[in-house]
Amino acid sequence: MDKNKNILLQYVLQLADNAMILGQRLGELCGHGPILEQDIAITNISLDLIGEARVLYSYAAEIEGNGKTEDDYPYKRDILDWKNILLVEQPNGHFGHTIVRQFMFDCYHYYHLTEMRNSSDIRLAEIAKKTIKEATYHLKYSSEWMIRLGDGTEESHAKMQEALSDLIRFFDEAFIPSKIEKEESLKGIAVDCERIRNRAWEKFRSVCEEATLKIPEVEYPQEGGKNGLHSEQLGFILADLQFLQRAYPNSNW
Amino acid sequence: MSHKHAGSLHAADAEMAINNARDVYTRRQEGVSLWVVESKYITASNPEESESLFDPAEDKIYRHPTFYDLPDELEYI
Repeated sequence: MDKNKNILLQYVLQLADNAMILGQRLGELCGHGPILEQDIAITNISLDLIGEARVLYSYAAEIEGNGKTEDDYPYKRDILDWKNILLVEQPNGHFGHTIVRQFMFDCYHYYHLTEMRNSSDIRLAEIAKKTIKEATYHLKYSSEWMIRLGDGTEESHAKMQEALSDLIRFFDEAFIPSKIEKEESLKGIAVDCERIRNRAWEKFRSVCEEATLKIPEVEYPQEGGKNGLHSEQLGFILADLQFLQRAYPNSNW
Repeated sequence: MSHKHAGSLHAADAEMAINNARDVYTRRQEGVSLWVVESKYITASNPEESESLFDPAEDKIYRHPTFYDLPDELEYI
């Protein structure tokens, strides 16, 4: 494959993997939400994200050609080929963890899509224009829960603070460009993730403040997912996600 | 033009009610607008009173204007 085409393919897969893995994680909560309405809300977000992953994987398959389909990427790649950020593979934990993880991702996702609408790659721009409607709601949803629980009871506040302290080290990875994102040929196509960093952090800080949550200092920021270096969590997710295709290759509905 | 009831739910506050309604009742395009009312301001009929409230209309079909021919141009009747 042409070198620049391969770089675009890797970039599209990186975006798709974030949506896919978080969608899969949230899907684990289907039927297990704290109350019916939140169960449905979380599952809706999961489906939105898997929907986004699907259009991106379909685009990746078009770029790669060779008879590839959207299913080949989630079902037939091993762990080192996945380029999602570490944040999205972290476990659901309690509802506070799920909300903090979601809020962090939404802070990144929303501003990322805002910029991607101006991508010189028309397909990516179109995908962003469609997806941002959903991401806008996700950010509103998770922001409100951050505030409701953070500024809630003593117990809910303590749980949110615990979740924030657990997950804060994963927040910044989204804004540190990977090798692929720095490629010259992606100029104008890829979103400059350092450029959206300030806006995302500003939103993050203002919501945490309203939620009366303290943003802890990060001693050891965690990164590597974008370059294929994952926590052990991703292995468990893939074991679930890929079981059927590994046990019964090419099986269909 | 014509609103049809799609569903109702309870929530802890108004914002959450809008969000919940969006998540539960708009995914299949059931809804075009959402209303939130504090439940203390809703007065509803009591199911035990339904005989006196609703049954008397049952055998009075002549109260429906079904015995008239309506012009085709009338859309919402």
